[in-house]
Amino acid sequence: MAMLEVKDIYKAYGNVEVLKGVSFTMEKEETKVIIGPSGTGKSTLLRCINQLSLPNKGQVWLDGEEITNPKTNINKIREKIGFVFQDFNLFNHLTALRNVSIGLEKVKRIEKEAAQTRAMQELTRVGLEAQASQYPAQLSGGQKQRVGIARALAMDPDVILFDEPTSALDPELIGDVLDVMKSLAGKVAMLVVTHEMGFARNVADEIIFMEGGVIVEQGPPKEMFTNAKLARTREFLGRIGALYGEEETGG
Amino acid sequence: MATDFGSFFLNSLPNLLNGLGYTLLLTFISIAVGFFLGITLALGRVYGNKIINGFCVGYIELIRGTPLLVQLFIIYFGLPSVGIIFSPLQAALIGLAINSGAYQAEYLRGSIQSVESGQMTAARSLGMNKLQSIRHVILPQALRISIPAWSNEFIYLLQYSSIAYIIQVAELTAEGKFIAAHTFRYLEVFAMIAVIYLVLTIVSTEIIDRIAKHLSIPGIGAAKRVSLRDI
Amino acid sequence: MALETLIESLPSLFDGLLITLLLTAFGILLGTTLGIVLATGRSYASRPLAYLILIYEKVLRGIPLLVLFFLIYFGLPQIGINFNALTAAVLGLGLRSSAYQAQIYRGAINSIPEGQIHAAYSLGMNKLKAIRHVIMPQMLRLSIPGWSNEFTILLKDTSLAFGIGVIELMRQGRYIQVRDPDLVLVVFLLIALIFFLLVFTANKILRYVEKKYQMAGYQTEAHR
Ligand SMILES: Nc1ncnc2c1ncn2[C@@H]1O[C@H](COP(=O)(O)OP(=O)(O)O)[C@@H](O)[C@H]1O
Ligand SMILES: [Mg+2]
Repeated sequence: MAMLEVKDIYKAYGNVEVLKGVSFTMEKEETKVIIGPSGTGKSTLLRCINQLSLPNKGQVWLDGEEITNPKTNINKIREKIGFVFQDFNLFNHLTALRNVSIGLEKVKRIEKEAAQTRAMQELTRVGLEAQASQYPAQLSGGQKQRVGIARALAMDPDVILFDEPTSALDPELIGDVLDVMKSLAGKVAMLVVTHEMGFARNVADEIIFMEGGVIVEQGPPKEMFTNAKLARTREFLGRIGALYGEEETGG
Repeated sequence: MATDFGSFFLNSLPNLLNGLGYTLLLTFISIAVGFFLGITLALGRVYGNKIINGFCVGYIELIRGTPLLVQLFIIYFGLPSVGIIFSPLQAALIGLAINSGAYQAEYLRGSIQSVESGQMTAARSLGMNKLQSIRHVILPQALRISIPAWSNEFIYLLQYSSIAYIIQVAELTAEGKFIAAHTFRYLEVFAMIAVIYLVLTIVSTEIIDRIAKHLSIPGIGAAKRVSLRDI
Repeated sequence: MALETLIESLPSLFDGLLITLLLTAFGILLGTTLGIVLATGRSYASRPLAYLILIYEKVLRGIPLLVLFFLIYFGLPQIGINFNALTAAVLGLGLRSSAYQAQIYRGAINSIPEGQIHAAYSLGMNKLKAIRHVIMPQMLRLSIPGWSNEFTILLKDTSLAFGIGVIELMRQGRYIQVRDPDLVLVVFLLIALIFFLLVFTANKILRYVEKKYQMAGYQTEAHR
């Protein structure tokens, strides 16, 4: 049984159908990268997985539990699904340390001291122990995003969803964030929406190409980059590779 | 002349202090009660369903659409005719708190809505429920953002508590009127009263300013608004 | 029978309403005129003068309106300056409002980019002309939301003229209460309704004016 199973998800906003039947599975500690043009429904798909948006149809299963079932306690489930946002969404009123510990304190109800010790470990893991007492406004974009990752990690999630984690960053700050993500590969399952082809090629176990609300093609990076079955996939990968200079980052 | 005024001032002092006590009592109690009322109404407006939201809007608009004095008259003169009787002090406290609640609700609503929606999203993705998200993420930010407006509200209440004089509460203005009526030295008395209010205004602005600095967090609120000193 | 007395008392409420409107109109007129002068002075006049204006504003914003009324109506006669209650009320409302309005206009002036006045100078305008033809028109437009706010505050504040015996709505209400104590709740609810409708209508009209004169590219926001 797969750890995460997404089954035939449909989502519409008004009359606009955004997701038109998306299915895939993820195993423990697997890394998958979703690529696709913007407006395709990648963010919507991630939000449907942790139920920030409710799908109109379809199911999501995590560890054998159907989380799309209205009877499941979604807050309990969300503890197990980390989310890393494109624009960080760090809590503005909390220091880096407390951004990481607040979930432990208020959701997992771990005592403050223990929570902060754990939070410090996660900050160290992303290379930010020196910034622990700084507020989000005092951090660079790259640092903010690493705090965002530490915040997700601290909850010991089964899977972390990344929604374009580096696309709001200045180019010179992207590398640090990708390095942290790379260091997590194989330790926690990651589902990453990104345009960073270097990361996709070198870190992902599988690449999912989405367009127009459906999965067009998926496969291991080697196959996808060298001989994708569909012309559309080849064309998109070619264009995006040229755009984002796949050699330099995340390699 | 100077010593004359000095002894006059000293003679008036007990009355003035007494009045000052009531003024501060009115101000502090009504700002505190108004604060809880305001938070409740603001949360109702932002997060409530249609009915709750409608109720909150109705309350806020009705109170903000009518003078405080009318509200006090309804409470103090009007309600006894249906058997609800309050002492002047009670009536003033209730009126001021009800009034301040509506204004504070509007400030707080503005602050709550100015917290980016991503904050709520992030809180929910950590597994917090809505109430936890509001309590641990939204309110700590919104309350800081609303400090300058809240400072204004405090000054406003300090000054408008003088209206309680009209329904016979022996606060500062009432004591002034009392002294003046007995000494016929209206100008000195009211100038004195004015100076006391002025000093109270300046001092409390300064204190709130200090508190705001103490509570301030880089990147949140204050900077975007008018300086607190500019009141 | 209660209804009858209520209907009988309507004309006196109407008289009160007229006085309330009169207080509002003259109060806001004084407040606006003086407020504009003060704001312009604080931004463009010499330092000592600007400082005096600042003190004036702080003092008037720091004194309760009721105390200001008492100072003018009861205090000034002691040094030979006499006003009737109505004039005293208009003065008190207007002076206090001018201090608040000055703050609104000054905020507006400050938000006009400096380049505007440089551009005016480079056309050969002198300071006065630049203020009049370039700064004023923008300042006034930017001030509409703040002014609207101030207008409704002043409208509600006219009720305090009760404190120095002006026979406005509240005072008429008290007269009716004395004549027929049973009517008290109804009368003050009615007065509340009248104020509410006045504030509501004023807000609607002012919102319309604000939209109409909005400058493209400028967002404005109201504060109390
Ligand atoms: N809350 C929403 N309300 C209405 N439309 C939405 C909403 N969220 C996303 N959409 C629409 O859904 C489509 C897919 O959006 P999104 O999932 O953000 O795409 P992607 O992340 O692939 O760029 C877009 O056309 C977007 O306008
Ligand atoms: Mg997206």
